[in-house]
Amino acid sequence: MSTAATTPDELAPRPGPVRAAGHFLIDRPLIMLSAILVLLLIACEIASPGYLGADRMGIILQFSAPLAFLAAGQTLVMLTAGIDLSVAATATAAAYIMAGQASRGTATALAIAVLVGLVVGLINGIGVGVFRVNPLIMTLGMASIVSGYLTVSAQSFVTGVPLVPEFVRELAVGSLIGDAIPKSLLLWGPVAALILLGLRYSGYGRMLYAVGDNPLACRLAGVRIWQVLLVVYILCSILAAIGGVLYVGVINAADLQLVSPYLLPSVAAVVIGGTSIFGGIGGYSGTILGAIILVVLDSLLTLLDASQAFKQILYGAIILLLAWLYATSTKRV
Amino acid sequence: MTTVEGATAGRRRALEPRRVATRHGWTIGVYVLLLLLLIAYIWALAPVTFTSFDLKTIVIGALPLAFAAMAQAVIVISGGIDLSLGVMVAVINVSAASLMENQSFATSLLIAFGLMLLGVVIGTINGGLIVLTGVPDIVVTLAMSFVWGGVALLIMRTPGGGSPLEYQALGTGVFGIEWIPAGAVIIALVLALVWLPIRWRRPGFAIYAVGSNRDRAYLSGVNVATTRVLAYSIGGFFAAMGGLAATATTGIGTPYAGTFITLNSVAAVVLGGVSLAGGKGGVVGPVAAAFCLTLVPSIMVFQGIDPNYGQVIQGALIVIVVMIGGLVLLRERR
Repeated sequence: MSTAATTPDELAPRPGPVRAAGHFLIDRPLIMLSAILVLLLIACEIASPGYLGADRMGIILQFSAPLAFLAAGQTLVMLTAGIDLSVAATATAAAYIMAGQASRGTATALAIAVLVGLVVGLINGIGVGVFRVNPLIMTLGMASIVSGYLTVSAQSFVTGVPLVPEFVRELAVGSLIGDAIPKSLLLWGPVAALILLGLRYSGYGRMLYAVGDNPLACRLAGVRIWQVLLVVYILCSILAAIGGVLYVGVINAADLQLVSPYLLPSVAAVVIGGTSIFGGIGGYSGTILGAIILVVLDSLLTLLDASQAFKQILYGAIILLLAWLYATSTKRV
Repeated sequence: MTTVEGATAGRRRALEPRRVATRHGWTIGVYVLLLLLLIAYIWALAPVTFTSFDLKTIVIGALPLAFAAMAQAVIVISGGIDLSLGVMVAVINVSAASLMENQSFATSLLIAFGLMLLGVVIGTINGGLIVLTGVPDIVVTLAMSFVWGGVALLIMRTPGGGSPLEYQALGTGVFGIEWIPAGAVIIALVLALVWLPIRWRRPGFAIYAVGSNRDRAYLSGVNVATTRVLAYSIGGFFAAMGGLAATATTGIGTPYAGTFITLNSVAAVVLGGVSLAGGKGGVVGPVAAAFCLTLVPSIMVFQGIDPNYGQVIQGALIVIVVMIGGLVLLRERR
């Protein structure tokens, strides 16, 4: 997002110090997001003194990891001007089937979970990429198909006792070096690095931005758009499947509506993180902060002992406020 | 926009089959699908004969979704989308159920009119925020779905409340003879008295123009911001009708019904021939599509199939219909 922004600044007359500082911040939304995160953490500390203990950051990261995986796939898809409303259904299916097949051995169960993501993503990708179905409709329909099918055949997936494998449980809630670093970071860290570097330096990563920014120009330049879209929906669903597996590890019980409360937050995390819903602008670093902000916000509202109703109202209002701030601040005058 | 061209062409041409087919082909297709599903329903019901009671049941089941589909249709035609529609329906539903409990029929009608106004206000707030903030429709309504969902929970934490029996008869009763369900009459009345007068006057044309091309609409002297808000206000009115219908058909208020209606209203709109890009389609098609979407699971139940397969078939139906629509569009362009 910062690379594209430098040109108009260079052409404009030298701005005053206040406006220059404003531009500096606008070009680096991560600073603003970090400031919001710090404010939220301070608010938590005020609401409940002693909140910011030594292991608090680890706990926050541990709870953020599943949402961050769902939002990672969502980010990639949104960069291409798409949206994936089937992430929650995919994650639930992957987690449920994994738990049901746990008796076959952890490795097999995990492979099956990834396979679920692969199949759902493949169908989404074929629909959006090849048949040009509107992504909203394609993934909405797919979510309905996946969750309906899962409900119907829930029993047949369960071989032996449905349980969360010890490995998954340990990965989701275990920690290293005396509670300071959650073990899920061992998985999340490399994946995040891969996405961040891949988006910036790999040809495919740049292609995602290009397709989202101007699909017509891409086609004229010889990009096979359907292949780019096919791969991005597969990646998204696999990331969602991993997110589902981590989530079931945190919750430690699988049910048929497991991840569905995360559908709208997965979109919200991406939007708060500064990725445009129209594609071509944004990145994963903002999404990570967006996911963490949402998790901290949730715990703040819990600390304030707000009723479920007030919690929802505040949650929605804050998402809207952040999106508004973002929209107005990026409109360069 | 074909309608505007048709109107300016001066003399109205007679009903040419070709023109009717290109303009209303999709809507006719949806009604054929509805007819086929009805036949399947009757067939699945056999040996029991299909009575007026079954017809009434179908209408009762589809009524809230049909109104939600109308709401989503107007908003999508104007180039927007409202992901908070389901929770708006829920807000009106719980307000109606909590206010109407132990009230007389006349009072509850008064309350219903008040809640229609409330629906318009809620829709206007959504539309106003979208225009004011400049944040994409989908993001604003997503955030607002949390807000209105919270409001619904604030009004009623668990399903409850009530409404007078005469009021419930507006949704569940019959009109005159046994074979005309009251709910269907109310849909027809709302279409004829509320939507059609708007549709064929300046605001209606403006909604289609803004949905079809915002810049050109602006250059043609259409007030884009007002028109966009207007579409959300009309959507809010229809959503309120949906909430009132839910109170009439179930008798109580349910604060959690939101997500199902939101997603299915989008599905109904697409199945009903409204383009998600805006500017194309009507309100009559989505109503039929809403009935189709509610018929599928009931047919499953009668066949003794797990009704959850209905969800699978609904999803597949939507995707396949849109795929076919896309292929037809591709062929027309060549």
